[in-house]
Amino acid sequence: MATEHLTSPDALPQGAGGPLMRSMTMAKALNAALRAALERDPKVVLMGEDIGKLGGVFRITEGPQKDFGEDRVIDTPLAEAGIVATAIGMALRGYRPVVEIQFDGFVYPAFDHIVSQVAKLHARSLGNVGLPMVIRIPVGGGIGAVEHHSESNEAYFAHTAGLRVVSCSNPDDAYWMLQEAIEHPDPIMFYEPKRRYWDKGDVGAAPQRDLFRANVIRPGTDVTVLAYGPMVRSCLQAARAAEEEGISLEVVDLRSLTPLDTEAIYGSVRKTGRCVVVHEAPTFLGLGAELAAQIQQECFYSLEAPVLRVGGYNVPYPPSRVEEEYLPDLDRVLDAVDRSLAH
Amino acid sequence: MGDKGRQRRIEPRDGGPDMVQLVTPEGERVSDERYDAIADALTTADLQGFYRDMVLVRRIDNEATALQRQGELGLWAPCLGQEAAQVGSGRALRAQDFAFPTYREHGVAWCRGVDPLNLLGMFRGVHNGGWDPFEKNFHLYTIIIGAQTLHATGYAMGVQRDGAVGTRDPDRDTAVIAYFGDGASAQGDVGEAFVFSGVMNAPVVFFCQNNQWAISEPNERQMRVPIYLRPKGYGFPGIRVDGNDVLATYAVTKACLDAARDGQGPSLVEAFTYRMGAHTTSDDPTKYRVSAEVEVWKLRDPIERLRTLLGRAHGIPTAFFAECEEEADSVGADLRARCLALPDPTPESMFAHVYAAPHPVMDAERAALTEYLASFEGAH
Repeated sequence: MATEHLTSPDALPQGAGGPLMRSMTMAKALNAALRAALERDPKVVLMGEDIGKLGGVFRITEGPQKDFGEDRVIDTPLAEAGIVATAIGMALRGYRPVVEIQFDGFVYPAFDHIVSQVAKLHARSLGNVGLPMVIRIPVGGGIGAVEHHSESNEAYFAHTAGLRVVSCSNPDDAYWMLQEAIEHPDPIMFYEPKRRYWDKGDVGAAPQRDLFRANVIRPGTDVTVLAYGPMVRSCLQAARAAEEEGISLEVVDLRSLTPLDTEAIYGSVRKTGRCVVVHEAPTFLGLGAELAAQIQQECFYSLEAPVLRVGGYNVPYPPSRVEEEYLPDLDRVLDAVDRSLAH
Repeated sequence: MGDKGRQRRIEPRDGGPDMVQLVTPEGERVSDERYDAIADALTTADLQGFYRDMVLVRRIDNEATALQRQGELGLWAPCLGQEAAQVGSGRALRAQDFAFPTYREHGVAWCRGVDPLNLLGMFRGVHNGGWDPFEKNFHLYTIIIGAQTLHATGYAMGVQRDGAVGTRDPDRDTAVIAYFGDGASAQGDVGEAFVFSGVMNAPVVFFCQNNQWAISEPNERQMRVPIYLRPKGYGFPGIRVDGNDVLATYAVTKACLDAARDGQGPSLVEAFTYRMGAHTTSDDPTKYRVSAEVEVWKLRDPIERLRTLLGRAHGIPTAFFAECEEEADSVGADLRARCLALPDPTPESMFAHVYAAPHPVMDAERAALTEYLASFEGAH
């Protein structure tokens, strides 16, 4: 057990200046991040359903139980409230639990503990109780799943003071963001875009960065497109298509949904004067609503057009045969860009 | 089903033949060979200590109720009548053990050495539970019913991973106690705590104070079989104890805590007791229960029965009881004075501990509030 994980093909090898760069899927990058965290801090424990021998339904935790033992990679009973709430107790004892919620739509049994306990214990105890825990949620649709397996519920948690909510969009960010989240003193909801798990990219190139800083992932001049998680790739596709029509989109990957990197957001919108917010979640009271409100308040005299939102429709996530119509895509982003430019 | 399906309780139940009792309501010591050894190891001074604890806890509790009636607390959840259940279990804990209370465990807080001013501060609204849980190994009061049973289970899982179970080192082996009530037994969280602790063999003792009433709903609305029988389905023992008998509560809880520390896993203690007062000061129990029931339970008072035992069987003179009353007066007056002197928090303090690390929204909103408040200065 002592050295096996160091030579595992899943682990990111260490170079003189830190991890060496390697191309891998987001799933592998998350796996490598979890391994690095387990390796670095003996108090880190993974908890969740089927995360041991099976490696989780998405195989994000494939391997660690063999290498770090059943006490640190804990196959839990099938009860989400119990998983999150026992993780709270583990954190009270000094551990740093990383909880896996199997699918986005399965988090609701744990909602009470996340909102009433995880989010509030630090304030309730006047700072005496810290809860350094991460709740990982594979999020969003586009994989042809049955009901409750394709939801985007980040706004519920972003609405709750005491929580931080972040979402990665590519393998490299997944790798360092998850490690940063595990080391952070506050509880963090960590959203992983499940349909991008198999996207490949270079990992390990970036130095450790600030978890709460947005990333201007593609600079542009005409319209700011704000996105996060699974929609970042769609927006980059839209930007490439727009370029062919002579329209320059600036795509900003928010990374952090709370706190928001308002400096980066306002900076971009003041430069372009136009903004389209894109997310999979329904638009009504979604993150786009908050962004539109803040942007109109802070960037009013820079705006050439109203802030527009592109998101899921305000319906329960539809049956998968029509999810392509529900999910925002390149065309719907470009449609919003056109409407913005029409002003 | 209608009324036919309802069981209306006319006479209060007595706990039945399975209930462990070491001191009768009349103050007579009776034998239970499973627990006699633990009880007999207690000295007369220990029993006097239990008596003093219960008298002081009752006084603190009554003082808080009075303060609420006078408008000095927003709410209070009295533990009147449950002093033996709380002191007996609280005194069975070791320093390294960890207690997870509901919002009514004032007697346990007292045993752990938590200043009752902290409890009053919470009900006065100056904080939401501002004490350091790690100082006395007494977690914050949990208001969401039953939630703390899972926190206790997780904490106990951490204890296991620290290797603090089954070493036979009395200063190292650690047990966790999770308090909850008969109403909470209906919560899914409690069922999940039973599953998790059973599966993990976690060193946790579930301590249910069955005070017969979940606000206005009797036991019959919460359970079809008594709580102490329920753990059988989860694979660990359950024991019903006379919760108004401090000696029996102490002995049974100690046996369960010892087993947990020894690595034998979870257990459940159902302390059969009675909520003599209202659920909280906002409640009106005359609307749903008959006074005859309360009168019967008065005869089972936990303090009176220990006083009788101490006087008759241990020869404790009345002067001791008078001293306890005097001390209670002093503790009550001191608590009252300190409660009234509690400073209100500053408005800006609401932003202080929402996050452990800096957060721009907290900074911005705090600054905006300060500026807004300052705009009124000199306005009059």
